[in-house]
Amino acid sequence: MTEKNMNPANNSAADGVAPLSKVQQKVAVSLNRRHRHEKLFKGVGLVASLISLLLVAILFINIFSKGLPAFWQSAITLEIYFDPEIIKISDKPVQRADETDNAFRQRDIEWQSEVGMINFNRLIVEGLNKVLPDANQYRRDVQRIVTSGERFAMRQLVIDNPAIIGQTKTLNLLTDANIDVWLKGNIDRSLPDAQQQLSPKVREWVEMLSEQGIIKNRFSFALFMNADSRSSLASAGLAGAFMGSLYMMLVVLFLAVPMGVAAAIYLEEFAPKNKITDLVEVNINNLAAVPSIVFGLLGAAVFIGWFNLPISAPIVGGLVLSLMTLPTVIIATRSTLKAIPPSIRQAALGLGASKMQATFHHVLPLAIPGILTGAILGVAQALGEAAPLLLIGMKSFVAQVPSGPFEQATALPVQIFLWQGNELRNFFEARTSAAIIVLLALMLTLNGLAIWLRKKYENRW
Amino acid sequence: MSNLSLIVLLLALMAIGYQLGMVRSRRVATINPQQRMHSRPHHYGMMVGLWAIIPAFFLLILWTMLAPNVISSMVAAQLPAEVLAQEGMTANVIMRRISNLAGNFGIVAEAEPWELAAAAYMQQLKSSSAALLTGLMAAIAATGLFFSYKKIQPQLRARHQIERTIKAVLIICSTVAILTTIGIVLSMVGETMKFFSFIPPSEFFFGTTWNPRFSTTGVGEGSLTGSQGSFGLIPLLSGTMMVAGVALIVAIPLGLMVAIYLAEYAPAGFRSTAKPIIEVLAGIPTIVYGFFALVTVGPFLADFGASIGLTIRATSALTAGVVMGIMIIPFISSLSDDIITQVPKALRDASLGLGATKSETIRKVVLPAALPGIVGAVLLAASRAIGETMIVVLAAGNSPTLTANPFEAVSTITVTIVNQLTGDNDFASPQSLVAFALGLTLFVITLLLNVVALVVVRKYREQYE
Repeated sequence: MTEKNMNPANNSAADGVAPLSKVQQKVAVSLNRRHRHEKLFKGVGLVASLISLLLVAILFINIFSKGLPAFWQSAITLEIYFDPEIIKISDKPVQRADETDNAFRQRDIEWQSEVGMINFNRLIVEGLNKVLPDANQYRRDVQRIVTSGERFAMRQLVIDNPAIIGQTKTLNLLTDANIDVWLKGNIDRSLPDAQQQLSPKVREWVEMLSEQGIIKNRFSFALFMNADSRSSLASAGLAGAFMGSLYMMLVVLFLAVPMGVAAAIYLEEFAPKNKITDLVEVNINNLAAVPSIVFGLLGAAVFIGWFNLPISAPIVGGLVLSLMTLPTVIIATRSTLKAIPPSIRQAALGLGASKMQATFHHVLPLAIPGILTGAILGVAQALGEAAPLLLIGMKSFVAQVPSGPFEQATALPVQIFLWQGNELRNFFEARTSAAIIVLLALMLTLNGLAIWLRKKYENRW
Repeated sequence: MSNLSLIVLLLALMAIGYQLGMVRSRRVATINPQQRMHSRPHHYGMMVGLWAIIPAFFLLILWTMLAPNVISSMVAAQLPAEVLAQEGMTANVIMRRISNLAGNFGIVAEAEPWELAAAAYMQQLKSSSAALLTGLMAAIAATGLFFSYKKIQPQLRARHQIERTIKAVLIICSTVAILTTIGIVLSMVGETMKFFSFIPPSEFFFGTTWNPRFSTTGVGEGSLTGSQGSFGLIPLLSGTMMVAGVALIVAIPLGLMVAIYLAEYAPAGFRSTAKPIIEVLAGIPTIVYGFFALVTVGPFLADFGASIGLTIRATSALTAGVVMGIMIIPFISSLSDDIITQVPKALRDASLGLGATKSETIRKVVLPAALPGIVGAVLLAASRAIGETMIVVLAAGNSPTLTANPFEAVSTITVTIVNQLTGDNDFASPQSLVAFALGLTLFVITLLLNVVALVVVRKYREQYE
């Protein structure tokens, strides 16, 4: 093709070149159109890629803009006088020499419940009286400023250190969830009184206190230190769900990873190529694509129905998630083993090593980075999974931090599911987003670790 | 003694056996200097250690599986006859009360004297069973250790024994995947059969109404006919297909164009940053998408619909489908990208050499060549969309009606499984059992999609290898 055919715009007879034939003209015109199409096609591809990137950005910006404010929540700074007139308790029990552990524990529990009987609300109200001059006239309203869960925090202070009685302490107490909503502007302030969650008096106080700097937005340790709560929404936290998830991940790590690696080693290094191993391979590939909820059904029928394992315990969740992640680990390990050149095995075998020795002494050590990467990705996948856990009862409300894998617990993704359904939407929309940020941060850390491992130990053969 | 401490003791015993075996093999080697030992000393050590613990370990497993049943049947045999004849109490309830008493858990109501007696008997049986187990395990472990220790000879092929054991362990591990599949199929088929004893299969598969009433009073009068409710699969299936359809309509064009652009046009720098970022979408937990759909996309679509005169519910098939489509973009784009880059360069060069533009080459040569693989990718994405749970639980509206309007709320198979199994239903009622029938349906659908997709992809791979 000549230069002229490429540029039909220039080819007029005035240039002194012979006019184009009909075919050439046709080609020139269609070429123009074809080049337009080319540009369009490329443009559409670029736009599609940009849209996809934009979607990722929207998703993250949306979640972060909603969730980040929830890491800070309003707290009120009060001078609390631990009044011995109100706190009337016997001395903290000390274990006597002739006492058994059980008897001592019994006495200790009795003492703790005695501490629990104290009216800590009165202490808080006394503290509020110091900053609110007209508090005495609105007894009901005063009670609604500090969230009810703070009573237990104060009880814990007394139990940990009975010497606190008679002293005055400056404490940062979480305010009621509705006050947090009001101060952050998450509710329409122009709504009539009947539709407001807070009484006019409380609103007036809150405005005043926050102007004085007594109520301030402080970093919410409650979000990380507390378990879920329904009676005191402002102190609902992720600690219980986090521990539940942690136990499950430990089960996955100690069950799915070794089993998956062992299975992959057998299938890749030892198994004869025949119908049966073919079947196993197809089966593993299919298992990797089975919907996660089916594993939940398996868990409900087998682990809970047949084996009578406890409902909503992390051990059952861990078992279900292990079965779910097993194919991921197997597939990742197999592809790592496949990538190790046969010359390594041949060299070991040639020097007289048995097949087992060649595998475990030479192939496996080289495969460890890849196996770790696969294991981490499997754990990350299990960490984010919620659907199967709903079916084995992990949806139930648990107000304690579980102290072992056999106790009732929930998991981070399930906690998100529970929180998004809470009636106090104004407060929990942000709280849920904060929980999502925590979950995403954990998963991104795991994935980043996997990528780092792969980069650091990547071997090119 | 608890099982955990028994296992710890076994491990300690293994360490001792290892040490003993190693020392002994060294001594045997010095006694017979003219004979070469078959294996290295640590092989002998390992062999002794394994002989010490493996038989005992099997005993432990067997015992923990059998002992509770044996004990409860022994206790049941001791119960006074008139108690069993009593009305209102089944043997199961009685046994549970007794075992709670024996385990020092609380029970409802005051314990009867005969219950206390039975509990004491059970406690006694339990402690003697534990003592017996500990004794037997100690005897077996000691025997194993002693004989394998005695067997250490230069000719003994210790390494072979160990390698056989390891291989057995590896084989057992690789059967777990198969056992899982068998477990899924068996448990679901079993429960589904129970469900079909309440509701005939034809009513389930072809019924067009979904209205499973609550099983309030269990098996009372009238529960067999009137209050059963209707369990028709069709509305759920249509909801599932609608959501998945919307998802694919969103994801196929976007995913495919992304794959084409990244594979054929994008500069290397753009590709290497954009690809992992888009793949992040596949790693985000689905509950996050669900929340995103519920809080952001749903209201946005409803407002958008209102502004152009359409009634779109905030939680609808459209909302769930759009967000699910975003989720499966990377499934389609990554797999298609791999497949497009696998198309041999010769095909492209031939087309370009004949004067085709790049886009013509892609549309007329590369895509047809890659089509089977792309179809496979789409099928995998479809199976992912059908089995997806959390997005639809939050954003599809949970309304099991038969509708063709994607702006309405729908319900899907997965949502219904969650609803039926997490309510307060009795586990043996058709209201709960139907979850397994739905699960089996879901399993079969996704299995078929996956098998077809895998076969298609594999065929394609063979074509160009």
